[in-house]
Amino acid sequence: MYAYIIRRILATIPVMAVVAIFVFLLLYLTPGDPAVVIAGDYARPADIERIREALGLNRPLYVQFFIWVGNVFSGDLGVSIFSNLPVAKLIGQRLEPTLMLSLATTIFAVIVAVPMGVLAAWKAHTWVDRLIMVFAVLGFSVPVFVIAYILMWIFSLNLGWFPVQGYKPIGDGIGPFLASIALPTLALGLVYVALIARMTRASVMEVLTEDYIRTARAKGASNRTLLMKHALKNASVPIVTIIGVGVALLIGGVVVTESVFNIPGLGRLTIDAVLRRDYPIIQGVILVFSGIYVLVNLLIDLSYTILDPRIRY
Amino acid sequence: MRFLPTLAKGIGIAAIAAAMLSAASAEKVLRVVPHADLKNVDPIWTTAYITRNHGYMVYDTLFGVNEQGEVQPQMIDTYSLSDDKLTWTFTLRDGLKWHDGDPVTTADIIPSIERWGKRDGAGQKLMDLTAEMKAVDAKTFTLTLKEPYGFVLDSLGKISSNTPFMMKKKYAEVDAFTQVTEIVGSGPFKFVQDEWVPGSKVVYVKNEDYVPRSEPASGAAGGKVVKVDRVEWVYIPDPATTMNALQNGEVDYWETPAPDMLPLMRTNDNLVIKVIDPLGTQGWLRMNHLHAPFDNPKVRKAILMAVQQETYLQAIVGDPAFYRTCKAYYMCGSPNETTAGDMGYLEGNMDAAKKILEEEGVVGHKIVLMQPTDIPLLSSASLVTAQMLRDLGFDVEMQAMDWSTLTSRRAEKKAIADGGWNVFHTYATGADAQTPVTNIGTSAGGVERAWFGWPTDAKVEQLRDDWAKEGDLAKRSKITDALQARLFEVVPFVNYGQWYQPVAWRKGLTGVLLAPVPFFWNIEVPDK
Repeated sequence: MYAYIIRRILATIPVMAVVAIFVFLLLYLTPGDPAVVIAGDYARPADIERIREALGLNRPLYVQFFIWVGNVFSGDLGVSIFSNLPVAKLIGQRLEPTLMLSLATTIFAVIVAVPMGVLAAWKAHTWVDRLIMVFAVLGFSVPVFVIAYILMWIFSLNLGWFPVQGYKPIGDGIGPFLASIALPTLALGLVYVALIARMTRASVMEVLTEDYIRTARAKGASNRTLLMKHALKNASVPIVTIIGVGVALLIGGVVVTESVFNIPGLGRLTIDAVLRRDYPIIQGVILVFSGIYVLVNLLIDLSYTILDPRIRY
Repeated sequence: MRFLPTLAKGIGIAAIAAAMLSAASAEKVLRVVPHADLKNVDPIWTTAYITRNHGYMVYDTLFGVNEQGEVQPQMIDTYSLSDDKLTWTFTLRDGLKWHDGDPVTTADIIPSIERWGKRDGAGQKLMDLTAEMKAVDAKTFTLTLKEPYGFVLDSLGKISSNTPFMMKKKYAEVDAFTQVTEIVGSGPFKFVQDEWVPGSKVVYVKNEDYVPRSEPASGAAGGKVVKVDRVEWVYIPDPATTMNALQNGEVDYWETPAPDMLPLMRTNDNLVIKVIDPLGTQGWLRMNHLHAPFDNPKVRKAILMAVQQETYLQAIVGDPAFYRTCKAYYMCGSPNETTAGDMGYLEGNMDAAKKILEEEGVVGHKIVLMQPTDIPLLSSASLVTAQMLRDLGFDVEMQAMDWSTLTSRRAEKKAIADGGWNVFHTYATGADAQTPVTNIGTSAGGVERAWFGWPTDAKVEQLRDDWAKEGDLAKRSKITDALQARLFEVVPFVNYGQWYQPVAWRKGLTGVLLAPVPFFWNIEVPDK
């Protein structure tokens, strides 16, 4: 087991290296020049060249790449071309809102979706099942920003329960934190509720047709025992997989929610950096994202051994 | 009764806590949603308007332009020009201090002007004509010109980017192409570096040591009296969310409300919507003068005839309350507004335009039009132009890209077949577009000196130069007429209209100044 974990962690190194090279090349081959943006409209070609030189953008590509790699290995992600602030600091400022939003969304989605999926499987092909599936289809179909504006209109503008926008860190108090994260979690969570509920329903329905379920039923197991002990546990591997993938997607894909609710997270940092060609930030963020993806996948794989003792590495 | 001391102590603690809470809540905070996120803090290093606005918070200027567009002394107490019109003498006013407590002296001012003169167009021109700047003492300095120049005070009081903000010597001596990241200004607000979260929030607090001028505030001139304790710039990228936050009282002031939100906002009695920039913004349809068909002035003139400003303004603004048609190259409403040279252009005369294009044999010519899809206003203007060009018989290739890509592509001088371009759109604020010196779209110095698109015309350059050197306003006005007449011949760009960006704030907020730049001194917030 430990050998497997070490092997998996070592395997992340070539993955990260490939991601780093790919992202670096992609960025530098994309049209757009931060020096031109910085120089402004009055700049003469010589001025732009001086800015390029000051930023090190006039060095050969491979030199820039190796400087960057060397800095990364020494724990330095560089400084933003535009703000001149350390990339690590900028990512650090944005990591908490994104992680908290992702975590809250995942907890909300799991708490709501798993029971819904189990119920739908148990009451398969009845009105309860259909109602849950209609909800799931709606959750998939309605864009996040539409849900966000509707929630904002009801709970902020009319009822005044939650702020329209902004993020309060936990350090400011649990109350303000929860108030600031409630509507974004709800808006973003509905898609994941739909996704996890559908997956849970399908997995549990499949397990419910197994022989051992029939045997347990014949032995007089209660519905509750049957569902929670025999069905759900055995159906949990695909459910955990989808939850894990969802977490990874959330961390990198909450930009719409962050923009609508004005949460200063990693998604917005990335978009802003791409639009301005702030290369060090893009490189740093992608590196963090790829690290998180690899870590989440490792945790998913390890969780299989707990959920299904037959799985061994 | 033994509980009484404990009770009294408890009440005392509660009273102190209540007093502290009350003091905290009494802090007057102005929450502003700016037009963009503050990405960098050196207003000389970048021309970004958001950094210029930040500059006005923390730095001060030697001169400022008032509401009427007149240049007034700001950090300067007295100034004079020698009889030979070559030597200006400036004396700083009393009480000027840097945020670290040191006095502002001429040792700071001279390198500040020099640093600005390396980056700004008007600054470069002024420095080219300056023989020497010399400190007489800690408060007085002289600027000696090589030849008389009528634009000295206008340059030093330049209201828009790059504005000549005064920096402490240590920072003013930093290379103009390297960013200053530590902010020690002498302006009415102090920047709170620790609370700056790029992409989210910028915080300023009142500079208690600032000594405002005694005159009432007017534009960038007059007394910069700060009436709040703290100003927070809360950057909200989504316009609908910003509108909701404003309606909900979470923010007080929105610098650039989206045009499509205005009808809804007008129904809210708690909001004030007002244009504070009397000049507004000018749209530019920029053609590449290096390549066919727009290397031919007759073809450019045909486009000038075909453009109908109303169509563009409807597409990009919509509400006639916030736009006007205006043919003047140097803005309507500015001292340089003139009708000289107008031969009925910009009125959508498609038949006349087609006739010229047929005579010139360019019908069917391929046109590469760059469309910045991440800037809705310019994207819409691009669509209007594309349709107009197709209606004129051109083969239009729209190339969609983001603005960053466009800023790189527009610098390409190569042929169309090799990745060059024919047309793109942009805009300039009135503060920049109102004079021949600062309106870079009207420069015609060719590939060496003109702005992207590279118009070339010696007569335009001569007239711009004459205008800058002329100090007499009546004579300047005549030069403006001659210059505009020539610009209608050369067509460096096609002006597709003038529009006004309103600002929205919550009712109860008072003292908002009329100016092309949003200033946050003089504003009072109501008790909450």
